[in-house]
Amino acid sequence: MQEGIHITDLKIVRDGKTIIPDLNMKVAKGKIVGLLGPSGSGKTTILRGIVGVQAIAAGTITVLGFAAGSKDLRKRIGYFTQNASIYTDLTCLENLRYFAQILGDGSAQEISVQEVLELVDLTKNEKQLASSLSGGERARLALATALLGKPELLILDEPTVGLDPVLRRDLWNLFHKLANQGKTLLISSHVMDEADRCDELFLLREGRVLANGTPHELKAQAHTHEMESVFISLVEKK
Amino acid sequence: MSIRRIWATARRILSQLRHDPRTIALMILAPCLLMTILKYVYQDQPIVFQRVAAALLGIFPMLVMFLITSVGTLRERTSGTLERLLILPITKLEFILGYAKAFGIAAFIQATVVSSVALGPLGLKIAGSQIMLIVVAILDALLGMSIGIFVSSFAKTEFQAVQFLPAILFPQLLLSGLLAPRGSMPSLLRIISDYLPLTYAVDATQKVVAGQGSLTRDFLILAIFLFGLLAAGAVTLKRKTS
Repeated sequence: MQEGIHITDLKIVRDGKTIIPDLNMKVAKGKIVGLLGPSGSGKTTILRGIVGVQAIAAGTITVLGFAAGSKDLRKRIGYFTQNASIYTDLTCLENLRYFAQILGDGSAQEISVQEVLELVDLTKNEKQLASSLSGGERARLALATALLGKPELLILDEPTVGLDPVLRRDLWNLFHKLANQGKTLLISSHVMDEADRCDELFLLREGRVLANGTPHELKAQAHTHEMESVFISLVEKK
Repeated sequence: MSIRRIWATARRILSQLRHDPRTIALMILAPCLLMTILKYVYQDQPIVFQRVAAALLGIFPMLVMFLITSVGTLRERTSGTLERLLILPITKLEFILGYAKAFGIAAFIQATVVSSVALGPLGLKIAGSQIMLIVVAILDALLGMSIGIFVSSFAKTEFQAVQFLPAILFPQLLLSGLLAPRGSMPSLLRIISDYLPLTYAVDATQKVVAGQGSLTRDFLILAIFLFGLLAAGAVTLKRKTS
């Protein structure tokens, strides 16, 4: 298995509180891996650790063969944050052009800006100020910035929250398309029914991995057809 | 270091400003209005107006730039866009220089307009060069900007950032020699004022007004403060936070 992400003995402490006590995780390349758990289970903290903006107390995080946060990774990871980190006082186009200029080298930029606008279906809103977009549109704009520069690894923190079901389906189709192109996607969600769309899952609670496997495996182990029940049975077993 | 990324950042900040015409209007009109009020406050004491107006010509842009940059960079920290940027191939220095460039351009426009109003319709007369007066005003604005970027890293909220104005800039104003000549201050205060950047900003203005004295030392010291604070601002940006 070629590793996209390898986390060993990770410990993260925030404001004196241990968020992640001791985490081990391996994510294979070219897969869609779901990080599922209730809010407060440490999903965002782990993702922040992987992109290299989270200070860690102990352990190691290796991403695409490099230490998390290293310079070699800056063009290779696309990061979508939960609170849509975009400039609300710029238009969609201005947002994307800026991030493209920071990432890239001239000529190819304009094409990729138009490309990602189309991927997230915002072409008709391109001249609109981000502050006047709906919550879902803002999330899609932030997702578009993460897709710029065709990164090998996409770290997506709850990318489909609050989206219309049709759009959600379209985005998951896009995620599968990207995975088929060999890209690795790590996607967090607290919605258990999104689990079935992932190739592999990590179920998380209070900073610990409750279970890891394909959706099929996890359901078979718990003798159920619903991910929600898998989670409940795992928690009650402990 | 990439000039392209510095320019891209400056252009982005200027686009943000352009979408906010009210801020632009306030930036330019407020100091002009204050100058006009000052003119009529000292209607019977034209000599006082000449002295105070020239000094304030540098101080107003500094205050405005301080506020705009400290709140602007803080907003970038709290909204998550800074964190988002720093995982991309942009260095912290490029980011800070992008800010310096954008607000430097804004400062240039502001200082030029306000100085022209004061020197023209308001009848401010100085013995030295008018161009030099504008140059000093721009330097002051850049200094305000660099202080603003630097202190924003010590503020967690916009409320705190705004409070740095009375906490950081007002003491400097009191000690700068604008209100009372530094020579008449108690020696301890005078020694403290030797180490404050605003002292040299006011000193430079007074020399331009009088039309005598070399500006080289003042400019040199202001430049050291300016670049020192910008570098310190870059150092205080953290890629990793808890």
